[in-house]
Amino acid sequence: MAMSVTVKIPTQLRAATGGDAEVEVSGSTVGEVLDAVFDAHGDLRDRITQDGDLRRFVNVYVSGEDIRFQQGLDTTISEGDEVTILPAVAGG
Amino acid sequence: MSVESLKCKECGAGYELGAGFACENCFGPLEVAYDYSGLDAAEAKRRIQAGSQGIWRYADFLPFTGRPLDPLEPGLTPLVRADRLAERLGLEAEIWIKNDAANPTHSFKDRVVAVAVAKARELGFETVACASTGNLANAVAAHAAAAGLESYVLVPANLEEQKLLATGIYGTNLVGVRGNYDDVNRLCTQLAETRPWAFVNVNLRPYYAEGSKTLAYETAEQLGWELPDRVVCPIASGSLFTKVGRGFQEWLDLGLVEGGQPVFNGAQALGCSPVATAFAEGWDVCKPQKPETIAKSLAIGDPADGPYALEQARRTGGAIDSVGDEEIRAGIRLLAETTGIFTETAGGVTVGVLAKLAERGEIGAGERVVVYITGEGLKTLDAARDSFHMHEIDPDLASFESEFATQQEVVA
Repeated sequence: MAMSVTVKIPTQLRAATGGDAEVEVSGSTVGEVLDAVFDAHGDLRDRITQDGDLRRFVNVYVSGEDIRFQQGLDTTISEGDEVTILPAVAGG
Repeated sequence: MSVESLKCKECGAGYELGAGFACENCFGPLEVAYDYSGLDAAEAKRRIQAGSQGIWRYADFLPFTGRPLDPLEPGLTPLVRADRLAERLGLEAEIWIKNDAANPTHSFKDRVVAVAVAKARELGFETVACASTGNLANAVAAHAAAAGLESYVLVPANLEEQKLLATGIYGTNLVGVRGNYDDVNRLCTQLAETRPWAFVNVNLRPYYAEGSKTLAYETAEQLGWELPDRVVCPIASGSLFTKVGRGFQEWLDLGLVEGGQPVFNGAQALGCSPVATAFAEGWDVCKPQKPETIAKSLAIGDPADGPYALEQARRTGGAIDSVGDEEIRAGIRLLAETTGIFTETAGGVTVGVLAKLAERGEIGAGERVVVYITGEGLKTLDAARDSFHMHEIDPDLASFESEFATQQEVVA
């Protein structure tokens, strides 16, 4: 079932959302949610994905948990989840 | 010769020299680009040799127009020949230890923080911050105190007590986060969007990372303007590993040194080995892990520079290996016993991997190998616990003599 979720857009991508920091969409998996975001803001698709996969410096979290620890783009969304897109940052 | 712009490492897009770290087109990491046209190698060497006794002697290769004010200048740490270590490992190679624990806050992080804090001041920030596995928090708190800036340092709450104590003392806002480093890093990336702060390893990361090049420059200068044949270097995020390579490459390109890149051997802890795993599996990217290791300063499960570290190890004919907790403890002890240098768990990882390479017969006779020791043993004392026996005696000669009766020759 498609859930309504908030997707947090990082500063670097807000030029493609007309400045919006959040986008409200619906979907039952992370992949569906991102597709809905791309339908609303077409410029985002190529910035975040390449050949249908996430680019290697793009991290996506569902309620704080990295989707690579779950089922990637197939990770299911529950009501009230928040999806966050962030650039990968090296640390130390 | 000047610092020019920020440039995306993935797609090459250029950006102004401000506080930014990710490409708007592809999210690739930004890196500082320089214009070295007109640089004369002999003149550059003279300027270095006439420079300060620390990293600012390399100011021509750092993202500033002159030498910044820096009351806690790190660098020019000892590079010591370790013949007894080589002997214990059965090596006929020249082993050199670059002891970067000999910095103001006892780790290589002073290098990157000195550069980032100087840049933060230049850009007009009044508060500096970081996501850290401990050593970085230490360095940020100290350099902020020295520069008179406010600071916030965020670390996993379960860090070694020594690292927490040695950080809080500087009057920083020490924030222990109930989570691992990757949680802390995500939180800081989110905070960096709303707080007007210089997060040294987030929005100032392109400059911060440049500080690691000074380890390469020093190595070359201390070896008499020559490059080693091989380096063994720990990998957490992969930034140090790749920037040491970039430092060597710049000096090769500019003619300050001759020859080619050394073989790069990376060292990870088995309990947090996403880059070593990717190397072994032949992957181009790392699969993130949940860290479980005593080497907490290397406990980054999602290393952002992992892909570049993999490329560098493969390109130079090197490898990325991992060692378990017992090998880490043994590495700490071996280094201490053979060189008098007491390193933290990260150094135990590095020496452990050196031992592994020796065992595999990968280090040839006559090779010149530089081993990067990035932190101080006093910060991870638990790793030394129960690794030796203390003789406890009464304060009289008989007690001493009976304790050492079988070991000590008595001088008549």
